[in-house]
Amino acid sequence: MAVAIRIENVSKAYRLGELDRSLFLHDWMRKLRGEKEEVDRADPKTFWALRDVNFDVQEGDVVGLLGRNGAGKSTLLKLISQITAPTEGAIKLRGRAASLLEVGTGFHPELTGRDNIFVNGAILGMTKREIAGKFDEIVEFSGIENFIDTPVKRYSVGMRVRLAFSIAAQLETEILILDEVLAVGDAAFQQKCLGRISNISRSGRTVLFVSHDVAAVEALCTRGIVLDQGRVGFDGSQTEAIEFYSSLRGGGTQSLESRPDRKGSGEVRVRAIELRDGAGTSVSVGRVGKPLEVVLHFARSADAQLSPVGVELTVTTHLGAPVFFHASWLEAKEFQKLPEEGEFICRFPELALPAGHYQIGYRLMFRAMRKREAVDALPDAAELHVEAGDFFGTGKLPPPKSGVCLVRGSWTMEGAKS
Amino acid sequence: MIQPSGGMFEVPLGEIWRYRDLVWMLAVRSVSTSYKQTVLGPFWYILQPLMVTAVFSFLFGRMAQFQSDRIPHYLFYMGGLVPWNFFSETVTKNSNIFVENSQIFSKVYFPRFCMPLAVVLSNMIPTLVQFGLFLAGLAFYLLKDNEWTNPSWLIVFTPLVFVQLAALALGVGCIVSAMSRRFRDLTYGVRVGLQLLMFGSAIVFPLTRIAPENRWLFFLNPVVPPIEFFRLAFVGRSLVEPWHLAMSAGISFGLLLIGLIMFHRADRNAMDTV
Repeated sequence: MAVAIRIENVSKAYRLGELDRSLFLHDWMRKLRGEKEEVDRADPKTFWALRDVNFDVQEGDVVGLLGRNGAGKSTLLKLISQITAPTEGAIKLRGRAASLLEVGTGFHPELTGRDNIFVNGAILGMTKREIAGKFDEIVEFSGIENFIDTPVKRYSVGMRVRLAFSIAAQLETEILILDEVLAVGDAAFQQKCLGRISNISRSGRTVLFVSHDVAAVEALCTRGIVLDQGRVGFDGSQTEAIEFYSSLRGGGTQSLESRPDRKGSGEVRVRAIELRDGAGTSVSVGRVGKPLEVVLHFARSADAQLSPVGVELTVTTHLGAPVFFHASWLEAKEFQKLPEEGEFICRFPELALPAGHYQIGYRLMFRAMRKREAVDALPDAAELHVEAGDFFGTGKLPPPKSGVCLVRGSWTMEGAKS
Repeated sequence: MIQPSGGMFEVPLGEIWRYRDLVWMLAVRSVSTSYKQTVLGPFWYILQPLMVTAVFSFLFGRMAQFQSDRIPHYLFYMGGLVPWNFFSETVTKNSNIFVENSQIFSKVYFPRFCMPLAVVLSNMIPTLVQFGLFLAGLAFYLLKDNEWTNPSWLIVFTPLVFVQLAALALGVGCIVSAMSRRFRDLTYGVRVGLQLLMFGSAIVFPLTRIAPENRWLFFLNPVVPPIEFFRLAFVGRSLVEPWHLAMSAGISFGLLLIGLIMFHRADRNAMDTV
């Protein structure tokens, strides 16, 4: 079989931190001297999102790309879909590639669904005639016939997503790149998408699929690649890849030392996030209905004298939709006189979340109650996997995807009073 | 093939051609959405130049006594404003293309040059409307037998005026957006520059008001010859000469070429720094 995608020694570097005015002169000096390379290897501010990545994808493969947040998945997809160029190495594609990195990109809120289908299709590389030929199929797949002449701004998020995926699903490019597209929409529509993707791959086209939904990767893909800190950690069958990916999570401590994307002044930094169960044992997953401790290991730089500090935690779905928020200042608590190293611990006596994947973000705030200056913040710092547990004391749980939280309630029946 | 840095002249013209439907649809989209949820809608296309012309006629024509070579004020100012507006709007919108479209550019690939092309195309619509307004005025003065209104056969070249202005605006816009993807100062500079350039482009006064030994300075400005030609063709009075036109066309298409190359080179990594 022919190679559809060949990734050769690809690396991608980013410069960290704010753009500094002094860089302006620096840039131009470089240009005048005729230096081509834009990356300064010695500069500690250079961050390598991808390093020496090599792999081939055969035509007709459905490859699942797995990796933790910040492992370089999105960067790799951006390179393959030509949104940005690699710093080193080369990528060869056979045929056209279409990427669906975020559904609904390019929808214009003022235009109707009908007009948006045409514009969006054209953005994805279709000609007007191709789109017109597939128009009915697109509308039918999306299931929003009744709203097709309504401006998209009146659509719900779910409708937009359905429409967007329906357009992309009709693309006839040889390579299709999907990033987290399945994560939205209801269960029935997801099923429909999965069916569509497997159809696409059966027709001999190549699909590159990124998802945190391990089950979908297992079901759809024929091959799995795990990225770990910008390098290929594993390349093989999808089942083994999933195992490798799970093992990456390891114990309950997720180090944040190498995270470049944090915000804030940085006098105090969270170095790792640890999950503990009620007994204080480090765990890799939380359990529904059981106690959970989120521990932020922090280090303070020696000369920083800031207090009080407030701590905030945000738990979001792995797509970033907020689930809940907790902060020390909700209890009117701020921490004084921070030691040089220590941990902030947030105890949840009972985890009232359905099983699934979540993300934990945090923010350290200097004088949280008044000035609200961020000292250190990372919105998707760690992953929180919640496994099924006995929340209601009956061994039963609500069906999957029937809600985002668990609420206690009690049922009674009364006859009509006469 | 996606490689770190491509050759200098690798502008994907064939690819842009393949995406021509996109250019068209982006242009239609921007026209059809620009006056949504306004009461007057497309009348703004007419109102804007009419009001500016009225103000110019009053301020420069009446109060400052700039005169307009005896050409009726309406025709003189509108004749300058129609091509000028087209040029300056196109430059302004194109000088910020990476920043304005970063949302979509960072999510999906298509030849980025489609965007500036669509801007040019969509700016044609208000220009056409304003041009119609100008023609209405012209008809009015012709019917009145105004002796200073003498359109000539040169008007058949009008489309070329706009082609050249489009090339120039596209070139300048692309150069600015390529240079300002990291530091945005230039985008602001362009807005100020365009305002000043309008006074250097003989829109509000006739070139006959400039001392003959200084006129060459104005003709160096590549915007002046096409606009003056426009006036010459429709009203019959201008100092523009063929070699002015040739020079400004040369500058315009030269800048377009440079702009294309710079834009394409910037595009490869633009999304990392915007």
